[in-house]
Amino acid sequence: MLSKRTLSWLRSIALAVACAGAAFGPSGAAAQSDDKTQQEIERYRQALLEGNPAELVAMRGEELWKTPRGPKKASLEKCDIGLGPGMVKGAYAQLPRYFADTDQVMDFEARLVHCMVTLQGFERADAVKSPFSGAGQRQTDIEAITAYVVDQSRGATIAVPQGHAKERAAFDRGKRLFYMRAGPYDFACSTCHGVDNQRIRLQDLPNFEKPEPAQRAFATWPAYRVSQGALRTMQWRINDCFRQQRFPEPIFISQGTVDLITFLGVKAAGGKMDSPAIKR
Amino acid sequence: MNPRTLIAAAAAAVLAGCASIMYTPPTEQETMAVIKSSFKDRGIAKVDRLNQSDLQTACTDTGNNPPKDLRERLEKAALATVKYPADGKWLGDHKQGERIAQTGVGMQWSDAPGAPAGGNCYACHQLTKSEISYGNIGPSLNSYGKLRGYSEDIKKYTWAKIWNTHSFNACSSMPRFGDAGILTEDQIRHLMALLLDPQSPVNN
Repeated sequence: MLSKRTLSWLRSIALAVACAGAAFGPSGAAAQSDDKTQQEIERYRQALLEGNPAELVAMRGEELWKTPRGPKKASLEKCDIGLGPGMVKGAYAQLPRYFADTDQVMDFEARLVHCMVTLQGFERADAVKSPFSGAGQRQTDIEAITAYVVDQSRGATIAVPQGHAKERAAFDRGKRLFYMRAGPYDFACSTCHGVDNQRIRLQDLPNFEKPEPAQRAFATWPAYRVSQGALRTMQWRINDCFRQQRFPEPIFISQGTVDLITFLGVKAAGGKMDSPAIKR
Repeated sequence: MNPRTLIAAAAAAVLAGCASIMYTPPTEQETMAVIKSSFKDRGIAKVDRLNQSDLQTACTDTGNNPPKDLRERLEKAALATVKYPADGKWLGDHKQGERIAQTGVGMQWSDAPGAPAGGNCYACHQLTKSEISYGNIGPSLNSYGKLRGYSEDIKKYTWAKIWNTHSFNACSSMPRFGDAGILTEDQIRHLMALLLDPQSPVNN
């Protein structure tokens, strides 16, 4: 019998084949399109044979998490990501959340940077300088560690807390940002993600106003993006949405990005984490 | 302690208790301050893009459904921005139009300054029958001219729709391709041909 994960890969393949065609289109580029489609199929076959490459990234992340590093030669095992120091299982599914020690609502990536600074002694400016790997580069430490930690929440119920006033404020600001039309193209997040069954080309766009698509989307980030050959985090997802939205660049782990992720996470309440996923 | 002091102390205790439960949402000013401090300039995409225009504000605040008088005011203002071709020439080359419709770059921080933008029409619309990879955020434009005819009125309407979509639908999701300077007049002519040249694959 096919496992749930295999089925999800198969769905990704179908989408990738469709999208590889989409990238070129049949008009005047048929041969090129066929080659490209073939390449994509091959890559997916590889992915199937080898498993989700995100697993390798998560393995490296686990090592990074447990190895003493930084000026203080400390591991991250005492990092409190919401459920207490060292408690990793299920923690990602309850982020972003309020942390009393910083008096702030933080998402996982913000909290990770906090622990790298406070526990390991890294300089904050260095830690946030290039959080996302470039094309063909090795995954960054932040990406690898995020893959490990989110993998430890697979199957956990998404429950982004709203008990603290600052968590509610984060949701409200995130909602404002989600619906805010701005920039030369007049787009808001909601232009693409606030209506049922919308597509850009052949790519389905989850409607975050409905629980089911919101859950599916939130549950499957971070994800390994086959088209980029890299694991991408939620902060990256937000960053690349704003690029296409023609907004200025969101600052990595800024309050606004955490607010937006809080809004999305609350909308996805009750879903089951299934990340790192593998996507087109 | 006299009874008055006691009552005052009890009232203070109740208020303090409420403060931890009571929630005051952030003001618009506080929210915008957080949002604006969360972005930075990158390439051609500067933070001043977060300053909303009157239309963007009106559409955001009304959930893209402004009351009738506001809607009419926004549409009138949008129509007033439309620059029609000075030489009266509406149509360019539909083949070039197809290329512009297929291309999605433009005005992102990843785009080089001054590089020509595309219209990215297929992201949201069906156009030719042969391109099966099209989005559905906008209506199908297949057979656009064939269904509507090739009259001067249709050409004028279509030009205005591409130049500033809000002329006819105040809170349309479509970008203002002419008004925002995304496409040049020549590029819009090519798109016009894609839609309104009887020879265009859109109409065949």
